[in-house]
Amino acid sequence: MKKFDKERVLLALAGPAIALVVAVALTSIVLLISGKSPFEPYSIMFEQATFSDIQVLIVNQATMYYLAAVAVAVGFRMNLFNIGVDGQYRLAAMTTALVGAHVALPSFLQVPMLILVAMLTGAFWAGIAGILKTTRGVSEVVSTIMLNAIATSLIAWLTQAENFGVLSGNNTTTGLMSESGWIPGIELAGGKIYGLIVLAVIVGVAYWLVLGRTRFGFDLRATGASESAAAASGVNAKRMVLTAMLISGALAGIAGLPLLLGHSHTYDLTFPAGLGFTAIGIALLGRNHPVGIVFASLLWAWLDKASQELDYHGYDKEIAVIMQGLIVLAVVISYEAVRVWGLKRQQQRVGEELAAAARKSKNSEEVAAR
Amino acid sequence: MANHDIHFSVRKGTVHALVGENGAGKSTLMKILYGMQKPDEGTIAINGETVTLGSPADAITRGIGMVHQHFMLADQLTVLENVVLGSEKLHGIGGQARKKIKEISDAYGLGVRPDAMVEDLGVADRQRVEILKVLYRGARTLILDEPTAVLVPQEVDALFDNLRELKAEGLSVIFISHKLGEVLAVADEITVIRRGTTVGTAVPSQTTPRQLAELMVGSALPTPETSDSTVTDRPMIQVDSLRLEGEGGRALLDDISFTIHEGEVLGIAGVEGNGQTELIDALIGLKGADSGTIRLAGDEITTWPTRKRREDGIGYIPEDRHRHGLLLESPLWENRILGHVTEKPNAKGVWLDLKAAQADTKRIVEEYDVRTPGIDVTAASLSGGNQQKLIVGREMSHKPRFLIAAHPTRGVDVGAQAQIWDQIREARREGLAVLLISADLDELIGLSDTLRVIYRGKLVADADPATITPEELGSAMTGAATGHLERDEDAELSAALLLEQAAREDAPAAQDAQDADNAVDAPEDEAR
Repeated sequence: MKKFDKERVLLALAGPAIALVVAVALTSIVLLISGKSPFEPYSIMFEQATFSDIQVLIVNQATMYYLAAVAVAVGFRMNLFNIGVDGQYRLAAMTTALVGAHVALPSFLQVPMLILVAMLTGAFWAGIAGILKTTRGVSEVVSTIMLNAIATSLIAWLTQAENFGVLSGNNTTTGLMSESGWIPGIELAGGKIYGLIVLAVIVGVAYWLVLGRTRFGFDLRATGASESAAAASGVNAKRMVLTAMLISGALAGIAGLPLLLGHSHTYDLTFPAGLGFTAIGIALLGRNHPVGIVFASLLWAWLDKASQELDYHGYDKEIAVIMQGLIVLAVVISYEAVRVWGLKRQQQRVGEELAAAARKSKNSEEVAAR
Repeated sequence: MANHDIHFSVRKGTVHALVGENGAGKSTLMKILYGMQKPDEGTIAINGETVTLGSPADAITRGIGMVHQHFMLADQLTVLENVVLGSEKLHGIGGQARKKIKEISDAYGLGVRPDAMVEDLGVADRQRVEILKVLYRGARTLILDEPTAVLVPQEVDALFDNLRELKAEGLSVIFISHKLGEVLAVADEITVIRRGTTVGTAVPSQTTPRQLAELMVGSALPTPETSDSTVTDRPMIQVDSLRLEGEGGRALLDDISFTIHEGEVLGIAGVEGNGQTELIDALIGLKGADSGTIRLAGDEITTWPTRKRREDGIGYIPEDRHRHGLLLESPLWENRILGHVTEKPNAKGVWLDLKAAQADTKRIVEEYDVRTPGIDVTAASLSGGNQQKLIVGREMSHKPRFLIAAHPTRGVDVGAQAQIWDQIREARREGLAVLLISADLDELIGLSDTLRVIYRGKLVADADPATITPEELGSAMTGAATGHLERDEDAELSAALLLEQAAREDAPAAQDAQDADNAVDAPEDEAR
């Protein structure tokens, strides 16, 4: 029986491995066509990863990617496409920053309160899409994309000076948060690692436990695997859609916190946007698996941070963006191919094993019969 | 599934039947013959000439045509359009094609109207269109995959008449079926496949259904008959004037009332699509009733959600196991949890108990003879029969009080059929109430304590399974008879014949003998 287990692990790794190889090869071709060395950029980027300050940048970026990607993955596990992670995360960060600037509780209350605010805001924004889907049948793809746009406008309006915004030079901010809501980083040689990396670890473990080890997680996965079979097994499909959307939104809500509570302490125009879209690719590459997403986040963060150096060596740093795009494309294709191939192979092997067993028993039967 | 050492030959102008367990290799063999899969060794010869069939197109050029179990027709097109689709080059798409279709239809007595819309056709007519499609492409050898599974007995007889026409014209037919009676009635030669290999060839005139079945299973023949009545007077499920509406207020189920007592099996007979699916959905809670009540052991459960119903002891063997019974790409042990995730041994509180669930899956695999190399393979890699055994094992493991069994032995080999029947019978002795829905009339008659006929969403007739014949039941299913089905004299006569035959054979296999007998006699009985 071990054989099938080993094979499953192998198949699980084959998908991303193939995708990466294909993406690297295609990127090299692009480099060749543009008349540049097809290999040097990689060595420059690898070298970057050995510097401690770049390492800290990568880990910090990966922490936020990880939280956002887990938010996307929760949706994916039950066939929900939450494209709205980006809007949920920005709106939640902005709200949290506002609350943090106007409320000053002792630290042991302030931090949990801020985390709760972020989760509730994210869940609320995603919940709108959830309710639209369960009551009116609106596709969550469409509604979350629209909610992203609405979130952008809402944030712009709320952060205007006449509302809650605080002008700081040319920058519109939400004001500096009370210090009781700051989270100290982990000091390393290369800089500070966000203290909320702990939160990412907790989320990862909880995601794994809840999905793989609880009744609720089983229901969620069953719904993703076959909605009709899940319904027949007693899952309330509508409630499951709403619940998954709320969880996804709550997780998206905390994706911005490592930066907000650990470094910027205010929400301003420079707060990173687009995290939620990147997270979709990362969740895909990580196969929605809690550990897979760790590696995918680190890879993505490495491409982001290490590519900055390319500009100084006569290469365009956009090579990394090309590569990220190619990885996503290759991942989608290679996963499907590997899945189909694996399924077919398993069917064949099951058939072979049974036929072999049948042959054996047939021989002994014949001896017994006559 | 893998095949090995398959030998058989089909003579020109004959009907050659292939019978065997599901999962034994029939489907693979069909795929090989139709060019969908390549054999690893061995040869296929047509008219003495060895051929390689690389694709269905190859097979068609060699004169091999396949009529699939699930029809491949476009509903929105006419018969003519469906027939010429993909073979426009043969006779064009206009008058010439129409003439050719008429010609074929007349030659083999198919009675196909080229300009009818396919969506207006019944199942039997669609099947004839499929056959015509294959003939139109010049097939000289037809493969029919379980062609009778969807037909009522009268339609089966008509199909057999068509097949006789075909062979009279020199065509060869390969006929795949589980139903031994039918096979004996129509085939000139029978090849039996067991566990991926041919175990014997039989000539119908020298074979009884019992011998054939024993060849198939390699052991004694099962019958679906229940021994003594175990019906009690304690009602387990009571349905009262249940009504279910579809879009636009059309009644899918109307005024459905019945009671099933502890230890009782209620059989519902009906042509597929007459409300069986809706009835099952209403009972398991997938669709809410628009009016009427459902009670389980006295508790009104009409508004209960599905999960609560299942926890409270409703077992469910679904009609469509791929859609409602399994997670195809999940391992077997996860499929064992499906539907019972809140119950022991699968869960401890809110947590799953993976170890216990896996151990219990191993037990089910062993006890129910699910043929698999292990519990970590995906459900999709098992054959249909083995998937069904897993589902039955899972449902019976939770000791249901009321079991909804829709086609419990569909696609299951004869050996496993006996086992599933035994399981149902044993649970019935212990007080299980069963709603049995089946297209296999012998199964219905053999297992049920009471029979009802569903037609257009209503229960139109009831019958006593001890006296009714499949033919009588078949005509009630088409809406031809209502009320309490009484026996007429013809039926008495054929029953007498039956008894005689059963006595002659001195066997407990009366059910299958009856099946064969009826299938053979039916054309004369039915001379209208």
